[in-house]
Parts: sequence; structure tokens; C-alpha cells
Amino acid sequence: MRRTTATRLPPVDVVIVGVGLAGTLLAKELTDAGLRVVGLERGADRDTSDFAMPALHDELTYARRNALAQDLARETLTFRNRPDERALPMRRLGSFLPGEGVGGAALHWNGLAWRFEPWDFETRSRTVARYGPAAFAPDGTSQDWGVTFAELEPFYDRFERVYGVGGQAGNVGGVRRSGGNPFEGPRSREYPNPPMKTAFAGALFADAAKALGHAPFPAPSANMTRAYTNTYGLTLAPCIYCGFCERFGCEMGAKATPQTTVLPLLRKARGFELRPRSHVSRVLLDERRTRATGVAYTDAQGRELEQPADIVLLTSYVFSNARLLLLSGIGRRYDPVSGEGVVGRNYAYQTLSDVTVFVEDKQLNRFMGAGALGTVIDDWNGDNFDHAGLGFVGGGLVGAHNFGARPIASLTVPAGTPRWGSEWKKAVARYYDRSFSISCDGGCQSYRGNFLDLDPTYRDVYGDPLLRMTFDFHENEYRMSNYLTDRALAIAARIPGARAEPNRLTGPYEIVSYQTTHNTGGAVMGADPRTSVINRYLQSWDVPNLFVVGASAFPQNAGYNPSGTVGALTFWCADAIKDRYLKHPGPLV
Amino acid sequence: MKQDRRVFLKTLGAASMAGAAPAGVAAASPPTAVAPSTDAPERPTAEPAETYVYLSPAEVAFLDAALARLIPADELGPGAKEAGVAVFIDRQLAGAFGTMAREYRQGPWSEGTPQQGYQSRLTPQEVYRTAIAEIDRRCEAAHGERFAGLPAAKQDDVLRSLEDGSFALDSGPARLFFALLWQNTKEGFFADPIHGGNRGKVGWKLVGFPGVAAAYTDHVERHGVPYRVEPVSIADLQQGRARTDAHGHPLHHPARGRAE
Repeated sequence: MRRTTATRLPPVDVVIVGVGLAGTLLAKELTDAGLRVVGLERGADRDTSDFAMPALHDELTYARRNALAQDLARETLTFRNRPDERALPMRRLGSFLPGEGVGGAALHWNGLAWRFEPWDFETRSRTVARYGPAAFAPDGTSQDWGVTFAELEPFYDRFERVYGVGGQAGNVGGVRRSGGNPFEGPRSREYPNPPMKTAFAGALFADAAKALGHAPFPAPSANMTRAYTNTYGLTLAPCIYCGFCERFGCEMGAKATPQTTVLPLLRKARGFELRPRSHVSRVLLDERRTRATGVAYTDAQGRELEQPADIVLLTSYVFSNARLLLLSGIGRRYDPVSGEGVVGRNYAYQTLSDVTVFVEDKQLNRFMGAGALGTVIDDWNGDNFDHAGLGFVGGGLVGAHNFGARPIASLTVPAGTPRWGSEWKKAVARYYDRSFSISCDGGCQSYRGNFLDLDPTYRDVYGDPLLRMTFDFHENEYRMSNYLTDRALAIAARIPGARAEPNRLTGPYEIVSYQTTHNTGGAVMGADPRTSVINRYLQSWDVPNLFVVGASAFPQNAGYNPSGTVGALTFWCADAIKDRYLKHPGPLV
Repeated sequence: MKQDRRVFLKTLGAASMAGAAPAGVAAASPPTAVAPSTDAPERPTAEPAETYVYLSPAEVAFLDAALARLIPADELGPGAKEAGVAVFIDRQLAGAFGTMAREYRQGPWSEGTPQQGYQSRLTPQEVYRTAIAEIDRRCEAAHGERFAGLPAAKQDDVLRSLEDGSFALDSGPARLFFALLWQNTKEGFFADPIHGGNRGKVGWKLVGFPGVAAAYTDHVERHGVPYRVEPVSIADLQQGRARTDAHGHPLHHPARGRAE
């Protein structure tokens, strides 16, 4: 037994590991239900006052040096493409940016607040029903979630009203609404806020997409489109389209984050205590290993502490949730050779490509923007189109986003431009504001060989093994991505005066260049304990007073940004705890 | 090659993007008596004595020469050397970036695949120090001059051979050094001047980036109306050279030196 010298703290009802999007919502819901909740966060405390003008608009500090992302000197992960390679540590941030500190990655997110579609929750059964079992690769492990869109819809709705999502509904109660997403699952009512304005690039994209018979619509945004008082009674300010959103805090309090939607109330709640700089290293179990007794953690001064609790909630980023289960020995570890075991299974990501569009005769003002300012089409997502004969499953969003073109990251030049020197400089001056991207944000199926486990060699500053990621794209993803890229090229070709260059997904997955912070899986939900870590209520099959909440629960990834679905799952789980578990503590399934 | 500042401003103006004046700017923020023009208090590009925290004089000479080739001064305006990018690199190397303070530094070390990314034992501090010393030594041995003393065409050859790895360095991968140098050059040219580069906001003026953002709510849907303003830096706001709205965002003013 570790940590016999740890100081044992007075017990509480609930301990939450990771105070980000899921952790703050669960803390709020459960303190409102009268429970005493302690929130442990490995990083620093952060509040809206930390994001003041003008120092916030600093591309280098926030978007290049990633001030709000994980400190890899303390903990990183190791990575390899295939199980027969030696994993090496991710020494620098690149492909994705896990958050650290209060608010987590939901502090520096863009605010794209999508719902997944009905197909996404029943990926395997609906695909097999329509195309037969051969639609999936033989080593494909994508599966149904154990919960359906219809069951989650009220919880999406709740999340949208706490996070102030603005958008144009496309389907309310089965009735189509023009201007919205014609493919979306039926929603119970409109978005709480109107959609964002349309940027020039978005308008060019929309005109071209319409000309081809598609239905462009504004992406759902958690950047406020007007002053909004959320269902907890907190008021958020309207977004000013400043373009410093992704990787930044918001000086306006206009981006829905834990800091703007929940924390001001939570900090005052009698039942809640926040302990930042608290690194949780284990979930503690009783002797039979069927009940969590609390967690062990190290505080900022290096003191080893134990926080006993009746309920343990893991609400960290994907990697930390999976790693804590592995370090604590909860659930059977996944074995890629036998395909048995569950913890670490079905790690997935997203599949990105894009088309750069050069418009010689237009200046786009593309430094104006917002994290969730985008015009998109959903025609080639999920199963919104007939896949017969295409050789792949799934799809993705195609659209034009104006995140704000901070210059270091936006030095777009046409192919063939010298890589540096005077010609490069001229091309940068010419095209910085005469180009934009049509992005293809594709989903990613799960496979037997893509998984998370513990690294045998590398350790964190506390001496614990790092998480090891084994991941590569598969044929399904390359085909799907190419298909989307071809569609984006066809749209670009309809933009007057435009010249397009595709940036296709080629070669193996690499961890160096930024792609997306949409990592998923490793502690997936499902109806069968042989293929899932948690049941449909996100409750551990093995330790019923442990819930694991986040994108770690996704059995595979959809072609949408994940945070909206994380929010919906969080409320779904909160109600399961409040309405069912507290009355009858034990397995809910 | 130093450019007269007024000549530079004129050439920048002539070369800047064509298009209508950002009418929305003027409408939203009439040209009030903005305290001294945002350009006036900036250091002239010919400031004599730079100070360096990490870099040696020989390293500065190398970098200034390389920077002048990577982003040269030309008819579009000053280049990376004039923009103070060597100072930027010095500050970066002296700080967390240079020592990889927030990056994973535990062994064992292995080269790995390209997909696995940075696996060097050397920090950026060490990469710059060892690579520059070796390149200078080799240039001196081959051509009788350190890198900074070579003709521009020769310097370009050296840089290209570092970039493609054919200039084999004993002290570490040449491509790693070049990649760091080029990354830091772009960062130093386009980052906020508070970090030591982009002096005179020349990088932002080159591309038409406004710097610290204003409230764009009323402009974002003015499609086809280029928003071209004098860029505002963090220091402009911290030192009171730019007026702000109630939320601390600058009130932008139309770019000067424009024909239209």
C-alpha cells in the first residue's frame, strides 16, 4: 500500500478530480443537491480577472507558448504510431493542448458547441443495419454508446442554456427550420441565443455551397451573441469578435467557460471547496476493490494527503481520466493482442484536412473573428449521405471558420513560394488577408491497435508512469478525409476568382503540428462491461461509487467538436447521481 | 543596409493593400485627438546599443546576418534584422523557451521517428550556442570568414544547406537548428513588440494586422471593406499612447501613408 504516511483529511460526500467543464458543472449540480464537494485541480486557480487587457492579446505567450496548456515538465505522455515501436515522450506540445488549471481546456477552447447526431451514438448498429457488417474494418472496434441522442437531447438543451449557445435551429421537434442544419437531430426548442454574425470568408463559402445545392448554416457558438443570463443566473457579455479566443482567456467574459458560467456561484457555495495545485495520484479502494474510499493527492507544498469521499468523480481531460484508472488498477487493462480488457481501449482522435483558398481580388479582414465563428455544412457528416461503395464509415464538417488570424500562425503563402527570403515576404504580405481555409473536420473510428496504457520507461515528476498513446490513422480515415477534401475543393471552385490548394491527410499521424484538442476514449461508455469501462450513466462497472466523465467516454469520435457532448453527458450523469444513485447507492445498470 | 525611416514609411504605404479606407473605423471612432501618434515614441531602427541577456556578440553578428537573409529589408520595408529579431531571440533563449522549462526533459533519450517530434537532449539555448559556433568555425575554415562576413549569396547557400541538412553539424542536427531559427524569426517578426522584436510593428504593418484588437462587432459583416489601421501594441496601451474603449480595447485609426 502506498502513502501510509499520508494525512487523512475529514471525509466529504464527493471528491472531484479535475475542475474543468465537467467538474464545475457536476460540483454545481451536486452542491445544489446539498452534498459537500471538494474539487481537486492539478493546476493553478484562474479567474476572469487573470484575463485583462491589453496583455491578453499576446499571440506569442498564449498561442505559441501555450500559457494556458499543460506543463509538460511535470507530466506528459509518450507516443508511438504502432505497438511494435518504442514510445517516446511528447517533449513539447504540438498536436493537441490539454488544459491545466481551474477551467481546464474549457478555458482556452474556441466555444464551438455542437451536438452529435443520432447516428453518432449508434454508430455500429445503424451502420451495420444500412451497409452490413463489412462496412467496418476487421480490426474496427467502434461501437454504440449505450445512450441515444433522444435520451441525451434534454441534457444538450440544459448545457446550451448554461453555456449560452447561439445558433440557428434546423430541426425543432421534427419540423425543419430554414437557415439551420437540416441534418441535426430533432431539438426540443431553439437555441437560447441567435447565431453569430457572418464573416466575409463564411459568406463566400456559403454562396458557393448554396450554388452546389448544400445548406450552409452558422456553427453553434458559446461565444455570446448578445448579453445572456444563463440558467444559473450568471450574466455573460456579448462577444466583440476580437479574434483572440482559441488558446486565450476572454477579457470580455463573453466566452462560456467554467469561469463565466458556473464558478462565480460555486466559489460562494457553502458546500464546495476548491483546492488548486492538488495532484491526484490514485483513487483509493477498499479491500475488496469494489468501492472507492477517496483519493490520494499531493498539494503544492508536497504534502501527501488523502481525501476520503463517498463518491469519486474523475472529470479530468481524456488522458488524465484514463491514466488515473490505470494507476489505480480500476477496471481490466486493455490488451491489444487479445483484444480483451477495457481501460485504455478505443482511443480516438479527429481527422483533419483543409483547402486553402486564395482570393486575389478580396481582402477578408480575417483577423476579425471569434472562436466559434464559422459557416459550415453538415452534408457529409456521420451518415448524412449514402456511403454505399465509398469504402468508409463516417464523415465530417466542411466549413469556413474565422477564429481570428493572429499573424504568426497565419502566414499563408501559395505552393511554390520560396520558404524564406524576399519572395516569401512578398507572398506573406500579399496573401495574409487574401486567403482563407475551408476545413474538413472529420470523425475518427476506433481500432484494436489504437489505445492508451502505461509507459514502461518514462515517469512524471511524482515518479508515476506516464500514459502511453499508440495511435495512427487507418484506411477508413484517409478515404473519408480525401472524400471531404474533394468536396471542399468543389466548393472552392465555385468561389469567383478563387484558387484552391488542398492540404490532404497524408502519411502517419504525427504529434508535432497542432491538429485538434479533440482526443477521445480510453474509458469508454457502453452497454457491455466487456467492451466499456463505464455504463450508460458513466458509472464504473467495477467500482459503482466512481464516475468517469468527459470525452474519455466516447467510444469513437464524431465529426464535430466534442465539448457540447461532454456537457450533455455531464448533466446526464449529474441527474443519474442525484435522482437515482443517491437514493440507492450501487450499480445503476 | 539601413533604410531611412521616412522612405520606409512611404514605401510601406505605397505597397500596402489597395482598397477603400476603412470607413467603419472612422465612423465608429472618429479621429479624436489621439495623444501623440502611435509611431512617435518608438525607438528608431538605428538605436545604437542593444543589450543581450544570453547571446554573445559573435552570436548576435551571426543572427543579424542570418535574419537579414531570412526576412530581408526590401521595398516592402524593414526585415527581421531591423525589426530587432535578434533581441527577441535573445529574450526567448534566456527564458522558459530557451531552457524548455515547461517541456519534458527526462531521459532516456532516443532519436525516434519524425512523428514523435523533438527528442534532442539539447535545449534551444544549447542548440543555438553550439550550432552557431560550429557554423562560424566551418565558414572560417572554408571561406576565411565567419558567416556574417560572407557575401549574401554565400550566406543563402549556407542557410539552405542547414535547412536541408546537407551542412552536417557535429553538434546536433542542422535541420533542427534551422527549424528553430526560422520559427523564432517568424515569431520575432510578427509577435507583439513587447517581446523585443517586431520593432515599429513592422511585421504587422507588412501584412495589415491591427495588433491588439478593437471591438469588431460593427465591422465583421462589412464584407469587402478592408480594415486597415495603424497597429496598436500592448506597450502602446500600457504606456498610454492609444486611447481605449470602456473595456480596454484600442480605438483604431486608419493606416497612414495610404494613397486611397
